[in-house]
Amino acid sequence: MKVYFRTIKDLPGEEYFGPGQLTCAGCGPSIAVRWLLKAAGPDVIVVNATGCIEVTSTSYPYTAWSIPYLHVAFENSAAAASGVESAIKVLRRKGILDTKARVMVIAGDGGTYDIGLQSLSGMLERGHGVLYVLYDNEAYMNTGIQRSGGTPHFAWTTTSPVGSKLKGKVQRKKDIMSIVMAHHIPYAATANIAYPIDLANKVKTALEYLDEGPAFIHVLAPCPPGWRYPEEMTVEIARLATETGYFPLYEWDHGKIRLNPPSNAHLDKSKRKPITEYLKRQGRFAHLTEEDIKEIEKEIDEYWDYLSRLVKAFG
Amino acid sequence: MKQLTWKDLPLGGYVLEPGNARKNLTGTWRTERPVIDQDACIRCRICWMYCPEPAILELKKPYTTKSGKKYDLTYEIDYDHCKGCGICAHECPVKAIKMVPEVGGG
Repeated sequence: MKVYFRTIKDLPGEEYFGPGQLTCAGCGPSIAVRWLLKAAGPDVIVVNATGCIEVTSTSYPYTAWSIPYLHVAFENSAAAASGVESAIKVLRRKGILDTKARVMVIAGDGGTYDIGLQSLSGMLERGHGVLYVLYDNEAYMNTGIQRSGGTPHFAWTTTSPVGSKLKGKVQRKKDIMSIVMAHHIPYAATANIAYPIDLANKVKTALEYLDEGPAFIHVLAPCPPGWRYPEEMTVEIARLATETGYFPLYEWDHGKIRLNPPSNAHLDKSKRKPITEYLKRQGRFAHLTEEDIKEIEKEIDEYWDYLSRLVKAFG
Repeated sequence: MKQLTWKDLPLGGYVLEPGNARKNLTGTWRTERPVIDQDACIRCRICWMYCPEPAILELKKPYTTKSGKKYDLTYEIDYDHCKGCGICAHECPVKAIKMVPEVGGG
C-alpha cells in the first residue's frame, strides 16, 4: 500500500457519515464506515447491501450519508455496483458525464460470506473497477445475532446456542480473503477499526487501483450487543484481535502478499499476546473450557502457518 | 418534528437532503455523559478518531490551559448526538475524559 496518511494529524477532518444514525452505542461498523468515507473523500458512490449499517443509517426519510448512496438487497450489492460502474464508463465514453467518481460497495459479513458471495465473485471475475468493503461483525447482528459464515468457531449466537450438546458454533470461520485472492484481483487487504490510519491508507490505495480492476478490503468491526461486552471496549477488543494474531493485517498487492504492522512481527508466535486476552473479554466466548481455548489457539497457529507459507511463496 | 404526508415525499424512495439524519437527536439515549477536562487534554485526536457517531467536534478555537500551554484546537462533545458509549473516555491516553451519570451525577 502507498502511504497517504503518515500520522494521526494527517487524517482528514471532513465527515461524510453521520451523526444521527441509529447504530448502537459503541458500534464498531459505524467507526469503520466513518473512516472508509473520510479516506475516500466526496467523489465516491456507495452501494450498500442490507445489513446493520443500512438499517441504522437510512431510516426513511432520513439518511446519515452525505455522498450518493444506493441501497440494494443482500445478494446483489456487487451486481448493482457493477452496473453503476459500467454506467459511469458508458456515460463518460459518450461525453454525457465527466466524473471521476469511484464506486464502493459496503456490505456486512452476512451479505458477503453467505448471501452475496455469488455477486461478489461475479464482479471480481468480470473485473469491474469497484472497491468492495466487507465490515465483519461476525454474525447477522441487526436481525438478532444469528450465525453467519463469518462467525468464529465456538462463538455463541442465537442460532448456535450453548448448552449440554452444543458449545456455540460448530464450524470454523470462512477464509474470505483466500477466496478473494483466488480471483487474482489487483488489490485485497484486511484492516481493523483499531488502526484507522492503516485503514485509510488501504482505502486510498485500493481506490487508486480501480482503473485496473476490482479491490477488496476486509474490516474487522466488533459489535457490543452481539459479542457481549461493555460498549466502551469496542476499540480495545478490535486491537486485541490483531495483537493476539486472531485477525492478522495483511494485503495482497498485484500478486505479492505483505503483512502490515503490527502483524508483521507476529510470524513469531512469542510476539503475539495470548488468545485468552481476546476471548475472556467477550460474553460470546464465556463458556469456553481450557480444551476449547487450546483448540482455538491451534486453529490460529494453523492459520499463521498457512499465512507464513503464503508470504514465503508470494512475498 | 413536522409529519410529512405522501404528497411531500419524492418518488422512488429518494432522500434528497444529504446527511439529514443529524435531525435524529440520538443524545437522548445516553445514560452517562463524557466530560472533557480541557486543561488535561493534550489534543492527541484519539477520541475524535475513535468516535463512532462522530460526536466529538474538532473546533478551531484557541485555548490556553491553566499552566499556560496554548493550543489552536479545542475538542468538544456534541451532546445532541453522543450516545454515551464511553469509547473516548476508555481510549484517552491521559484520562482527560470522565463519564458522568446523566441522572443523579450532577
